[in-house]
Amino acid sequence: MNNKSKSGHLDFLNGDEAVAYGARLCRPHVIAVYPITPQTIVVEKIAEFVANNEMTCEYIHVESEHSAMCAAMGASLVGARAFTATSSQGLAYMHEMLHYVSGSRFPIVMMNANRTLAAPWNIFGDQRDSLSQRDTGWIQAYVENGQEALDMIIQAYALAEDDRVYTPVMVNLDGFVNTHTFELVHIPTQEEVDAFLPPFKSKNAVDFHHPRSFCMTASTEWNMEFRYQQQEAMDRAKGVIAEVDKRFGDHFGRYYGGMVEEIRCEDAEVVLVGMGSVVGTSRIVVDRLREKGLKVGLVKLRFYRPFPREYFKGLSGRVKAMGVIDRDISFGYEGAVASDIKSALASAGVVPKVINYIAGIAGRDITKENIEGMYDKLFSFIQGKDEKEMQFIGLRW
Amino acid sequence: MVKAKDLTDQEYLYGHKACPGCGLGTIGRLALKILGERTIVGLPASCMSTVTTIYPQMNYSVPSLTMAFAGTGALLTGMSAGLKAQGITDAYVLGIAGDGGTADIGLQALSGAVERGDDFIYICYDNEAYMNTGVQRSSLTPIGAHTTNSPAGTASYGKKNPKKNLFEIMIAHRIPYAATASSAYPYDFMNKMEKTKNIKGPKFIHIMCPCPTGWGFASDLTVEIGKLAVETGMWYLAEYENGKVKMNVVPKTLKPLEEYLKTQRRFRHLTAENIQLIQEHRDREWELIRERWL
Repeated sequence: MNNKSKSGHLDFLNGDEAVAYGARLCRPHVIAVYPITPQTIVVEKIAEFVANNEMTCEYIHVESEHSAMCAAMGASLVGARAFTATSSQGLAYMHEMLHYVSGSRFPIVMMNANRTLAAPWNIFGDQRDSLSQRDTGWIQAYVENGQEALDMIIQAYALAEDDRVYTPVMVNLDGFVNTHTFELVHIPTQEEVDAFLPPFKSKNAVDFHHPRSFCMTASTEWNMEFRYQQQEAMDRAKGVIAEVDKRFGDHFGRYYGGMVEEIRCEDAEVVLVGMGSVVGTSRIVVDRLREKGLKVGLVKLRFYRPFPREYFKGLSGRVKAMGVIDRDISFGYEGAVASDIKSALASAGVVPKVINYIAGIAGRDITKENIEGMYDKLFSFIQGKDEKEMQFIGLRW
Repeated sequence: MVKAKDLTDQEYLYGHKACPGCGLGTIGRLALKILGERTIVGLPASCMSTVTTIYPQMNYSVPSLTMAFAGTGALLTGMSAGLKAQGITDAYVLGIAGDGGTADIGLQALSGAVERGDDFIYICYDNEAYMNTGVQRSSLTPIGAHTTNSPAGTASYGKKNPKKNLFEIMIAHRIPYAATASSAYPYDFMNKMEKTKNIKGPKFIHIMCPCPTGWGFASDLTVEIGKLAVETGMWYLAEYENGKVKMNVVPKTLKPLEEYLKTQRRFRHLTAENIQLIQEHRDREWELIRERWL
């Protein structure tokens, strides 16, 4: 990631504020939000922008997250660009609406502050909230830091509103670790963003001269065809994600690699795969281990849906063992990300050994030592030592 | 005042699949004739959405959207905000939802939208039960009615609790305009619809919509039964405007309750004692109406 942008300015922002700036730069017509920790700063910051005339939009104080998504959908229906943000219980509460929005193809962008789900009740971060929304038909992106959060909000609109996609996008930030951590963030100018992201001209909106019914009932004779189109759009989104990333990089000087970023994976014997803030910590560990001459690599998974199956198929023949860090667990099986990666590897024929590390649940730190331990286990695994396929990291007992 | 000869010949709701004798088609049709072609209709899960928006046979010739059960109020908020943000000021945002979709699962979203003062028209058509799912009780089902999940039996006289007063819930919000209406009184309804066009903010009309299928009466009696509901005091026509309630129709004396109850299968099981209980509820409501509004 390089900062080649000629204009704009640097500011010391937390992740939530970076999201708020990103949203402001996209000029949404309507913002419908309901506060929930640790997303609240987004709600507050945007309210301040509006109160101080630094942002022109209809800011709706909805009475629930379900209503936040209903209102965003209503706004998108009439051709408005809509934004919302939530977290955890709020995301679960709007679950039904996620299906409605994706199924009726409204290109809404939502920030989600990853936070664990009750019970036991806890406000700190893990990715169980968004990963359990896997089948809602939303594109899901995971960011590593504040800069990527701001940039991804802008990219999310370009992606969602692309004619080939017309699918809503959820941008995920790890609760507190990303949302409340201050970093230097480059804020591009409005002119730069306007040049990258043109005004929204929806092709899926009300036209009084050609009235249509939206989000209607589709019987058994037709329903499956709508689902097929959603899947096709997701498949096309893979290419569009790469295009948008390239175009964004050319425009702002920051490239993120599209669906995945490889970090020192050339000649690596073992690699770790992670999403979100854990990648930042892992970068340091990889550098440290490389200095010791260990052939380690890191894969930053940036998109969970659509899932980069082809990438992992390609990676399967290059490495001997792979560790997948899941900040979630599908009780009764394993981490959700690990399952998908294993499925992609299986279709490649050559399958490296995989250990699924369940870590960072409900805000538990994933330390550099934890990550070093994960690499150690991968090396002993390839040397023939028995390792459990799924392990909890940093557990009390 | 609305006159039949001034109504447009244009149909905005046509070819729907409602049951014979259902008042719903009339309500949607007349409401849209009053509002015209620059209207966007939002519909939650309901009889209305089920009989009008099954792909590919779309029955509206205005834009429409089918919404999640709980979300009508918030949908209307979003549509209204989206239009405003784009400088579109000459379109109406209309919600049409059933009694369950309004008074039960949709009440939170409706209350939020009214409190925020968003600009929309909301019609709650009240057929007094979840008809679309097979006649289950809602909070707007009247006391004593047999439904499929509040059945009459040896230990039950049907629905145990009286009907929730949605009109007064809206008044408690100090909404700019609220009214009750009935599909049996089309001019009254159209005049109320006409009023909503010139009032900014939320407008709410709670319209009684007798249901031949769910209530158990012949499909040619819809209007008659709608009128009997008003004449027996089981329903009333009123408006809340500028902080005051006006009763539109006040029967000099209420007809005996039995005249209404005996017309419908859902009340057939009631004993004299049960009817006495219902009458006490009715009389108490009318005492409140007389004390406050007459």
